[in-house]
Amino acid sequence: MNAPVTASSMPAITYNFAYLDEQTKRMIRRAILKAIAIPGYQVPFASREMPMPYGWGTGGVQVTAAILGADDVLKVIDQGSDDTTNAVAIRTFFETTAGVATTTRTQDATIIQTRHRIPEAELKAGQTIVFQVPIPEPLRYLEPRETETRRLHALADYGLMQVKLYEDIARHGHIATTYAYPVKVEGRYVMDPSPIPKFDNPKMNDSPALQLFGAGREKRIYAIPPHTQVVSLDFEDHPFKVQAFKEPCALCGATGVYLDEVILDDKGGRMFVCSDTDHCSTRQAEGHTGTMSAPYQEAAHD
Amino acid sequence: MTDAPLLTARGLAKYYGHRLGCRDVDLTLHEGEVLAIVGESGSGKSTLLGLLSTELAPSAGSVTYRMRDGATRDLASLSEAERRLLLRTDWGFVRQHAEQGLRMAVSAGGNVGERLMAVGWRHYENIRSEATDWLSRVEIAAERIDDDPRTFSGGMRQRLQIARNLVTRPRLVFMDEPTSGLDVSVQARLLDLIRQLVEEFGLAVVIVTHDLAVARLLSHRIMVMKSGRVIEQGLTDQVLDDPREPYTQLLVSSVLAA
Amino acid sequence: MPTTAQALPAAQESCAGSRLGAPATPSLVRDTQDLLLRVENLAKSFTLHLRGGLTLPVVSGVTFDVHAGECVALGGPSGAGKSSILKMVYGNYRIDTGSVRIADGDAFAEVADAAPRQMLALRRARVGYVSQFLRVIPRVPTLDVVAAPLRAEGVDEETAKARAGTLLARLNLPERLWSLPPATFSGGEQQRVNVARGFIGSQPLLLLDEPTASLDAANRQVVIDLIREKKAAGVGLLGIFHDAETREAVADRVVDVTRFEA
Repeated sequence: MNAPVTASSMPAITYNFAYLDEQTKRMIRRAILKAIAIPGYQVPFASREMPMPYGWGTGGVQVTAAILGADDVLKVIDQGSDDTTNAVAIRTFFETTAGVATTTRTQDATIIQTRHRIPEAELKAGQTIVFQVPIPEPLRYLEPRETETRRLHALADYGLMQVKLYEDIARHGHIATTYAYPVKVEGRYVMDPSPIPKFDNPKMNDSPALQLFGAGREKRIYAIPPHTQVVSLDFEDHPFKVQAFKEPCALCGATGVYLDEVILDDKGGRMFVCSDTDHCSTRQAEGHTGTMSAPYQEAAHD
Repeated sequence: MTDAPLLTARGLAKYYGHRLGCRDVDLTLHEGEVLAIVGESGSGKSTLLGLLSTELAPSAGSVTYRMRDGATRDLASLSEAERRLLLRTDWGFVRQHAEQGLRMAVSAGGNVGERLMAVGWRHYENIRSEATDWLSRVEIAAERIDDDPRTFSGGMRQRLQIARNLVTRPRLVFMDEPTSGLDVSVQARLLDLIRQLVEEFGLAVVIVTHDLAVARLLSHRIMVMKSGRVIEQGLTDQVLDDPREPYTQLLVSSVLAA
Repeated sequence: MPTTAQALPAAQESCAGSRLGAPATPSLVRDTQDLLLRVENLAKSFTLHLRGGLTLPVVSGVTFDVHAGECVALGGPSGAGKSSILKMVYGNYRIDTGSVRIADGDAFAEVADAAPRQMLALRRARVGYVSQFLRVIPRVPTLDVVAAPLRAEGVDEETAKARAGTLLARLNLPERLWSLPPATFSGGEQQRVNVARGFIGSQPLLLLDEPTASLDAANRQVVIDLIREKKAAGVGLLGIFHDAETREAVADRVVDVTRFEA
């Protein structure tokens, strides 16, 4: 920790490609293949200690490491952003240990590792999105025994999941779960989609991309193969609804996207901007503007 | 009165290693019949309840049940999925300790609604109105529907357990000392409620109790257990008013005006 | 459930003026339509295991019939075993040896080896019982307590309650008490509830264990009237009446239980 270690100063032979040894990667790939074969089913795997703390995406990193090839182009986002600490750290990690190309552009990436978002740009066939998962078990809230939740999954006994949503409505008048909103995959397994906003849930359905989920601390991998049915649980009289935003992105004017609230001052000033930074900057580059984007403001002052 | 029994046990035995749980138990139970299993702690009555309700696997013997479709099945041959479906639709289980029979962190309405949701109910208001209806049947005020059972008294928790179990209109309910640990006045209210519901729905009930007054009030038939075996059985009033076995006479004489 | 129902052979000995003059044939299937109860060679003793296995003989060789439309009184001093006989007929006490057969449709049901379920069915449809004491059911209103046997027969609630009300009114139980559980009533009031509950059913055989024990003269007369009405309706009654006046008023004959003392 005394001297900063840069990628260039690090001996290239120190690490195997993408950090993990080949046997470990094979083990993880087997788990991934099984997960793809049984959509939504949580496959246990021998999660390794990674050179980062749990909660920083150790599950996602291991999945990415196992599927990464030399010609892959990697994008890493955290809450939709390419330049937050977590995203930068993981991107740097793979640049260093695998030497793969990285990008911030969703369309250009072959592998996208994400925490808490699915990009706004539609994913394509051939792309793989890797989710970092803190708690893979959707039933844990009501049934803490792992032996019992596994049995409930085995029997597709999901009344309990509905009880959670019932409790939501009973307490809040509506389904107040806004992230990690449970889904049923291909009519069989109920799955926690990781803490993405429920806004992103519909994107998982029938997606042409492969979706992989890795939980490092909990040692579970699960997957949604391309073009798989993913349905958000709900009640007939309280149907699933995504969040809607009253105003467009303040920077690029986009509507129908997920917005973050940014506090501007301590006098209540705030703005809503795209959570997906790549989407926002792409639109701005194309000339789209919002109420608070620079060109517009200059025009307003004139 | 259908002549085919609902539940039949033959040569039922359970050993825990070398220790005897119960043995040589035969019984039949018909719709609308309430059978009390009495005996002291360690007499094997709870083991027997566990065997009948498939919570325990027998060391020997079999239990058969006439399913809703009319087919009589050996319970050991049910798949786990079938067994669970049976447990949460056609059967109920009211436990001595409410915290084992309820979800303590889930509201009263959610506790009652769980079985409905498990069998596919997906309309919130329908679930809620059914739950409200059942809460009133067990004398819990409708405004308590969103409170969780941790805020309920012991008697209320037991009544909530009953509502949670009966909401799918089971035909057979197992009860394990449902009134013990409650104040006498609370007990009387609960017993009376159980008696009414049993009558109204024609429930078959197997109730384990060490309290002969409970057996007297609720049951048609009684089985007296001692050291893992059934030593005496028959009409409840006959066994209690004219007990034959020394142990039964001791039990009856130990009770104040059962 | 015809396991124990059977054709009834002739009674070995019928006592105290049985109307069965000639021995019946073994194929007798209620040829005498009015035979409701046949008790034969009934014996009972109690073994008190808590007192070193002490055996207390109660009765033996009890034999008598009850026919439709008659009231048979069991006579004899206290402790002679009258109540035990009544309880054996009702299946409340076990029968050591002998036979109790109750008319059940075209055949007779044997109480001595009736399965509990069969006994309960007999009680519902064939044999009623008015005990000395009301076994109190907590929290159930009096009107429902009285209507219960009719409800068990399948009579609708409204009719059953109306009939219960009529009976309670005849027995002079104030209407304000009808909606209360009888637990807190006086002995006489409870006894009247008990009588109403016993008489409301339509069982063809009725067992009475001192039905007038704690009643005043006016209510005793109501019970006497009720018994006469049952007789007129063809019900057979077997009763214990300590009160000689009542016994003389209702009993057609008396079976002296001291003859069967064990």
